Order: sequence, then C-alpha cells, then structure tokens
Amino acid sequence: MKKSIYSMCGMCTVRCHIRAEVEDNRVTWMEGNQHILGGALCPRGAAGIALRDDTERPQGPLIREGARGEGKWRQVSWEEALDHVAGKLGAIKEKYGPQSIVVSSRGGPWQGLYKTFVHAIGSPNYTNHDSTCGRNTHHASLSVNGVARKGLQYDYKNARHLVLFGRNLFAALLLTETRAVMEMLQKGGRLTYVDVRVTETSSKATRFFHVRPGTDYALALAMVHQVIRENAYDAAFVDKYVKDFSALCTFVEPYTPAWAAKECGVDEDSIINFVREINEDRPKVIFHPGWNLSRYNDSFYASRMLHILNGLMGNVEMEGGLFFPKGPGDCGVKSIRTVDCKKPDIERADGCGTTYPQFEKGPGLAHLLFPAMKTGKPYPVKAWMAVRHDPFTCMPDPEQQKEYFDHCDLLVSIDTHYSEFGWYADVILPESMFLERDNHIIVQKGLKPRLAVRRKIVEPRFDTKAAWDIFRQLAVRMGVEEYFPYETIEEFWKWQLEPTGFTMKDFEDKGFIELTDRPVFYDRDELEGRFKTPSGKIEIISEVLEKAGLPSLKPYQSPAAPPAGKFRLVYGRVAVHTHSHTQNNPLLHQMMDENNLWINTEQAGKLGISDGDMVEVTAANGYQGRLRAFVTDFIHPEAVFTVHGFGRQVPRQTRTCGRGVSDQRLMAGLLDVWDQAGGAISLCESFVTVKPAQ
Amino acid sequence: MSKYYVSHDVSRCIGCRACEAHCKVKNETPAGSNYCKIMTVGPRMSRGIPRFDFVYLACFHCEKPWCVDACPTGAMQRRDKDGIVFVNDDLCVGCKACITACPWGVPQWNSTTGKVGKCNLCMDRIDQGLAPACVSKCVTDALTFTTAGEASEARRQQFAEQLLSKQEQQG
Repeated sequence: MKKSIYSMCGMCTVRCHIRAEVEDNRVTWMEGNQHILGGALCPRGAAGIALRDDTERPQGPLIREGARGEGKWRQVSWEEALDHVAGKLGAIKEKYGPQSIVVSSRGGPWQGLYKTFVHAIGSPNYTNHDSTCGRNTHHASLSVNGVARKGLQYDYKNARHLVLFGRNLFAALLLTETRAVMEMLQKGGRLTYVDVRVTETSSKATRFFHVRPGTDYALALAMVHQVIRENAYDAAFVDKYVKDFSALCTFVEPYTPAWAAKECGVDEDSIINFVREINEDRPKVIFHPGWNLSRYNDSFYASRMLHILNGLMGNVEMEGGLFFPKGPGDCGVKSIRTVDCKKPDIERADGCGTTYPQFEKGPGLAHLLFPAMKTGKPYPVKAWMAVRHDPFTCMPDPEQQKEYFDHCDLLVSIDTHYSEFGWYADVILPESMFLERDNHIIVQKGLKPRLAVRRKIVEPRFDTKAAWDIFRQLAVRMGVEEYFPYETIEEFWKWQLEPTGFTMKDFEDKGFIELTDRPVFYDRDELEGRFKTPSGKIEIISEVLEKAGLPSLKPYQSPAAPPAGKFRLVYGRVAVHTHSHTQNNPLLHQMMDENNLWINTEQAGKLGISDGDMVEVTAANGYQGRLRAFVTDFIHPEAVFTVHGFGRQVPRQTRTCGRGVSDQRLMAGLLDVWDQAGGAISLCESFVTVKPAQ
Repeated sequence: MSKYYVSHDVSRCIGCRACEAHCKVKNETPAGSNYCKIMTVGPRMSRGIPRFDFVYLACFHCEKPWCVDACPTGAMQRRDKDGIVFVNDDLCVGCKACITACPWGVPQWNSTTGKVGKCNLCMDRIDQGLAPACVSKCVTDALTFTTAGEASEARRQQFAEQLLSKQEQQG
C-alpha cells in the first residue's frame, strides 16, 4: 500500500523538509515539503534514493583486520562491534583518563546526542568540522555581536540588497535561502557579489567585484571607509547600539576606495557607486558575514568588518534585515526536552578557552587536538570517534594527519558511507542512511520557529542502525545510560514532547509543528542586551581579543603574490555534490564524475595549456594530481580553482576511487596555518604548480 | 505541438540541474541518457558581469514530429488527446531512426534496455492531474507546466505590470 510520509532530507547538512511516497518498502517519489518549499528539492536530495540503492556502502559493522588503511575488514554483529568499541574505550579511560577520548561530528541539530555521550563518559573533548568552515565567522560574530554565528539570521526575501563575499549560495542550495534570495531578485532587489571567479551566484548579481585572491578584507575596509565618509549609515542606530564607533572611524581612514581598488584589482568608481546604492537601499541591506570563511589568514577580520557593516546599516530586528532567531519561549510555548550532560570541568585538549582564551570552548578546534596526540600535552589523546565527519577530507594534508592519528589506540567512524577516515579507522559503525532512520525532535529557530523531526521512510537495507540507538547502546556498555532515557525512538520522542503538550500526531498535518502563525520580532527600540557582549551593544573593540593580546582592528596586510610559476589554490563547491560525501553516489557520480582545474586564459597560454587539456598539479609536499583544465578569463590570474571532494581513495567506492584530484592533499602544510584570532584553518594559503600533463 | 508547454524562466534558473536529477530518478535512465538537460552557455560577459546562462531543453512535442514519421515500428507515437510524443517500449527495436531524424537531439539511447526513451512530460503524472517531475521539484520555480496560451497570457500580464511600474517610477 502506498504511504506518504513527511521527513527531513539528509543528503547534505541543510536538512530540507521533504515528503516521500513509499510502496513495498521502496521510495517511489520524494519532493520538498509543499508547506515550506513548494515541492522544491535539489539534485542532491534527488539522489537520496540512489544512496539507498547503493551497495558500495558499509553493509554492517566492520572491524579492521590488517594494518590501518590496508582495507582488510571483518564484518561482525552489532553486539560484537559495540562490545569491542566499549571495551577499547574502557581500557583507554582506565589507562589515560576519560579526557583522552574525542568525539567529533560534522555538527548540526542532532549533535547533542554525541556531545552527551562524550561528556557522560567524562571527557570535555567534543569537536566538529567547524575549524575548516564557519569558525572564523562564528568568533567574529561573538566578538562583534556577542552571539553565535547563527545567533542572527537573515530575512533575504524582503531585503533590497544582499552582499556576498565569496558565498556561492546558488550552488550551496539551502533551499529556503535559495528561494528567498531568488524572490528578492525577482522583486528588483540587488545582489553584490565578491569572488575571485565567476560562479552561479555571480551570474545573478547586479554588481560583481572580481577581486585578487586574499583581498576581501581590503574591500570590506574600503566599504566601511566610504560608508562613513558618505554618511551612508544609520546614525541613530549607531549612536544607540554601536560601542566605540569613533575608533572605527579613525581606523578605516587610510582605507580609501582608491587604495582598495588598487589592492583588490577592482574599479574605484564601482566601490563608490556601490556605497551610493546601499545608501539608497538601507536599512534593508544584508552583508552576509561569510560561512566557509576559513580561507585566508585575515578572513576572521574580514568577517568582523562584514558584521560591523550590518551594524552600520542599522538593519537589526526588522523585515529585510537581520533578526534574532526566536525559539519556543518567544511564542509562549514550552520547549522540548533534549539529551544533555554537563561538560566535565577539565581543560580541553585543544586549549580552547585556556591556552587560547580568544576561542570559545564550545566544540573547540579539531586541528588543535593533533598536537596533544603527539606531545601528550596537556594530556594524551588516544581515541577519536568521528560521527558523520571525515577529518581526512575536511582538513588539509591527510598524510600528516595519519602521523598524528597513529598515536591513537582507537579510531572509529560512524557514517552512512565509507569516508576516507573510515577506511583508515579501526572500526566502522554504519549508520542507516536518512531514509532508513528516525532522528529525535529538534527545534528550528527563526522568525517563525517550529519543531521538526526526521522519520524513517523505509526499513534499513543493510545491517545498519540509527545514531540514537548506537549511542544509547554504547552508553549502556559504558555505564552511563541514565543520560539516554529511552529504549525506542517512540519513547525518546514521547519524553522530548512531554513538557510541550504536543504529541507525534501533531507532526502529521505538515511534517512539522508551527509554534506561531506570524513572524515574531523583538522591539527594535529595546535591543540593548540582546547583543551578548559585555556592553550589551555591538562592539568595535573586543575585550576578549584585546585581553588575548590580539588587535580588535587589525591593520591590513597585503597577501603574498604566488611565487614565480605558482598559483594560489582556491576551492569551492557545486550544486550536484555535497562536499566529499557524494562522489560515489550512483546518480551524482553520473552528473559529475571528476573535478577540473580552472585557470586564467592568459596564464594557461603562457604554459601552453588549452581548454580541456590534461594538466599536472603539484603541491609543495610533492603530491601530484592530473585533471582537465578549464581555461577561462573569469578566474583571477593568481589563482587556480577546483571543486572539493574528489580524488578519493577508498577502493570499495569503485565509481569514484581515484577520479579527480583531492584539493586537501594539495594543501601542503596548511594543517599548521590557522587564524590566531579566528581559529579556523586558512585553506586558501597554499600554492601549487601547474604544467601540461606528460 | 502538444497542448502542454514547459516554460523555462532563464532569469530564475541557477543551473543546479535538479530537473535533470529528478527526471533521471523518475524515468530510471542510465548514465548518458537525459530526457531533459540544462545546457550551460558561458561564462561570458553579459550586462557588464561575467555570467553563466542556463537553458532547459527537453522535447518540443512537435505537431508533426520527425521522430514519429521516421519510426519504422510505430513505437514512437503522438498521443491523440493532448499531442504528447512518447515511446511505446514494447514496439521499440532500438534502430535509432528517431535519433537521426530529430533536429534537436531529443530521443535518448538507453544502453541498458537497448531501446530509445524520451521525455513524455511524465504522462502518468499528467493523467493524475500532476506536473512533470522536473517542474514539480524545480528549486527556484524556474520551470512552469502550462499551455502555450496560458504562457502567453502570463508573459503579457508580466510585461503590462512592468510597463506600468516603470511609468510610475518615472513619475
């Protein structure tokens, strides 16, 4: 019999709301939730059914037999696999203390589960992928606004002008965002886009700054300079809510549009005209402060300026601007219960919040856990469990990472597919793919907050389990099951919903529970204190940074030009793949089976490279890859670009193994190149050589 | 032309190829066989900005289809009631005459079945009052399932509104 079930996609971390039709344990139709997305579903979502059909994923728990990375596995029962992992964790806890255990995940709304587990067994060391993603933006937001990166959201749909620095959102496809920005454009809104190359997003822009790589901060500084000079800011808002504005005025004085035009390689008039435009459009101007802004050594400071520009626009807590995301409490509704365990009061192994007071403790910084593995300081790190997280494709230089990980006694991968890290690990605990699993209930904050839940559409095809089950069973074995007060998902949901008065039936109508029928805004005249900085305002000078000996306003330093014969390696994403997760997906592999190398026409000419030629790219560490050249005028001559996620090396992924080139392998030495103030790795600070392939 | 028409708003299209993906899932086409396809033009300078443009191509469902005329077995057919051009799988012998005949490269070779397949506007869905897969799930609502008459009406309405709003702005 045909059934229709609402759920949430899991092909990427956007987790769009979906509706699926199922017949005889097969998904026959999948679309975006009509109530939120009007049916829209991206190509990655389309490939969910192909992921279920894919036999080239772990089909049961695997324990390594040969050497690490050798690829000899023994498929075992869940009992044996979980006993094995718990036994190893117990021994490590006994010998080195519980704090030597790390659990990492990609992050996201269900991470409370993994965090609870690692805290419950006595370790403060939960971490996520953010050190190669949004950490600079996050720390920048904390330093300016006092709230997390997601502590302010954006009402794109009603904006008049959106400014994006390298954020290729029409390839990222967060569908509610994609659709809202498209509506803004259709209503005549303006889009200013900054990048080193043409993208799907620049293609829709009304203004494009084609900048020299690494000069985002210069352009942002000139924008601030010109906004102040032309009085193109909301003086009343600044007066009321921005602290130390005069320090900003003094600081940006030298950074004129003429100076930035030269530094960035753009037109001076274009900067001046841009500021006139935003002066017309404000306050409904949104400067997106960046997402994957772990790119250059000053990305943190660039992001700070973008956050500050929002303050100058006076766009906070209004239609077409930024708003504080609202939760159940703002709608007069009691929130759900969720699993939680207080973080043990032990110093983090990565030094976040202690050695590095400028970094929020939170999930810390994954790359700063490596030194502890080697030196044993502040204490040894001996176990790493990666949940839906692939350190080897996430962070640069997997070969260097292996040297660190070899100091660990236990490496576990919990994932739906083989990750590069998983292939090197000691145990793979296969998670059921999203169509095959339930997840616990989450709160989705926003102007109209809601409760959301992922439902199982079909039974698992292989011997896999959902994460809520895996962690509970591990918790039972580790003697901490009190933190996981459920045995079935139904019990879990019931326990979560109890304080709210809702039941699972309330999800049936639309797939989610709406907590309000109209957008909730705070009073714009009473925003003081909403910014969780010491002063309760937007702060130009950050006490945290200054105390750590770091400048709040950092003088601009010009990025190095590539050494002779070399190019700066920049990377990005495409609509048809999710980072490094989907290269072997039967459908998405068909749609894009390898990456290419973008190179500027003039530079290619000098090297004797024509469009479509095979080229050899070499990193400073000797890693070499061959791929096809895409020769275009529309990439900066100092840069070459490739799509992240290819060059995979898991033999069981026969479709993708060895196809294309791995950008993170080309990022030689970058594991040690990270932003001292923002914390994130600077992924675009490496240079490669390119020549025609022999 | 069939009475139906899939209109593609180039200004809304972001080239994400969701239409292609949903088409492939719905029609279970193997690699290399695409009943609809987004063709990329560019990158090139356009209105002062480097851009990619994207064009959706599926089947025009011609009034007098070359492919139907060329088919020796009667597999390629035009549905009387609405003009949808479709393949009857049972009759297709894989001779590829339709592929040769079509001026726009519409009929697709299926290497798995050894037969030809093509866009039939998801006629099983149309018969249930639903839109084709590509249109139903288009990410930015760039695709609309409509008729030629309706599309013309909508375009004229849009133009009229633009005209007036321009006049208003000009004073």
